[in-house]
Amino acid sequence: MKLDVIFRVAAKIFIPFMLVFALYVQFHGDFGPGGGFQAGVVAAAMVIFYAIIFGLDAAQKIFPPRIIELMVPAGVAIFAGVGVASLFLGNDYLDYSPLMHDPVHGQHIGILLVEIGVLVTVAGTMVAIFYSFIGRGR
Amino acid sequence: MAALSEIIGSVLIAVGAFFYVVGAIGIYRMPDVFTRMHAAGISDTAGAGLLIAGMMFLAGFSLVAVKLAIILGVILFTSPIATHALAQAALHEGLEPVGVGNKVLIGPGAHPGPEKIGKAAKNETRKPAIRSARKPAKSPAAKRKTASAKRRTRS
Repeated sequence: MKLDVIFRVAAKIFIPFMLVFALYVQFHGDFGPGGGFQAGVVAAAMVIFYAIIFGLDAAQKIFPPRIIELMVPAGVAIFAGVGVASLFLGNDYLDYSPLMHDPVHGQHIGILLVEIGVLVTVAGTMVAIFYSFIGRGR
Repeated sequence: MAALSEIIGSVLIAVGAFFYVVGAIGIYRMPDVFTRMHAAGISDTAGAGLLIAGMMFLAGFSLVAVKLAIILGVILFTSPIATHALAQAALHEGLEPVGVGNKVLIGPGAHPGPEKIGKAAKNETRKPAIRSARKPAKSPAAKRKTASAKRRTRS
């Protein structure tokens, strides 16, 4: 496999910023534009960028397909688990108020946890689709 | 003072938009991939730079200006890489830049553009008075064949 120096160096410089930007979009989601879905897409774009530059094998060594496929149900489990946790604490499903002592703080923590679930599921789904497309015929 | 910075910002944005229009016309009118990338570079550098500079004047000293500076840095970092990837892909496909052989670029009998290369290939090669010593005249297909053979040996 031929590796181009320019792309390799650019990818090395750029990939950490892509991940930081994904986390920025993730945690900025409750104040402005952004949220779990967009952050998941940015994180998946990072993996796809890495796979395009360095090849599918190198990408699957770092992000193994087993873990990627595990991420898809794990995010849904996080999402549903937050809802069930608030159900067990005496409120409605996905009513985050009792998660902390202060209801406002509880709401904040609850939406962050739910958004993390969305991030995990969306990133996992995107990368799994990319792997299955690019791995055809191998 | 706020009015002055608004005027400067508006002028910069207008000039940047003009460069974007120039780049778009260039992409439409240029004859092949490489010259079109040259036209796209105008909108990437002058257009985006002036637009973002104008937006920074409109934003003033704030967090938005810092974010715009970061965006400008990202654009100036990524667009040469994208251009490099595009040029490399075009060369890998065996595209030949216009004007490399004995093609006429300006005037009657000029290069007809990428659509007509196949039909009017005979008319576009002029009989040169001084044939370049480096390159004997070959048909484009033969040239492409040798280029691909060279690539195969290299890789």
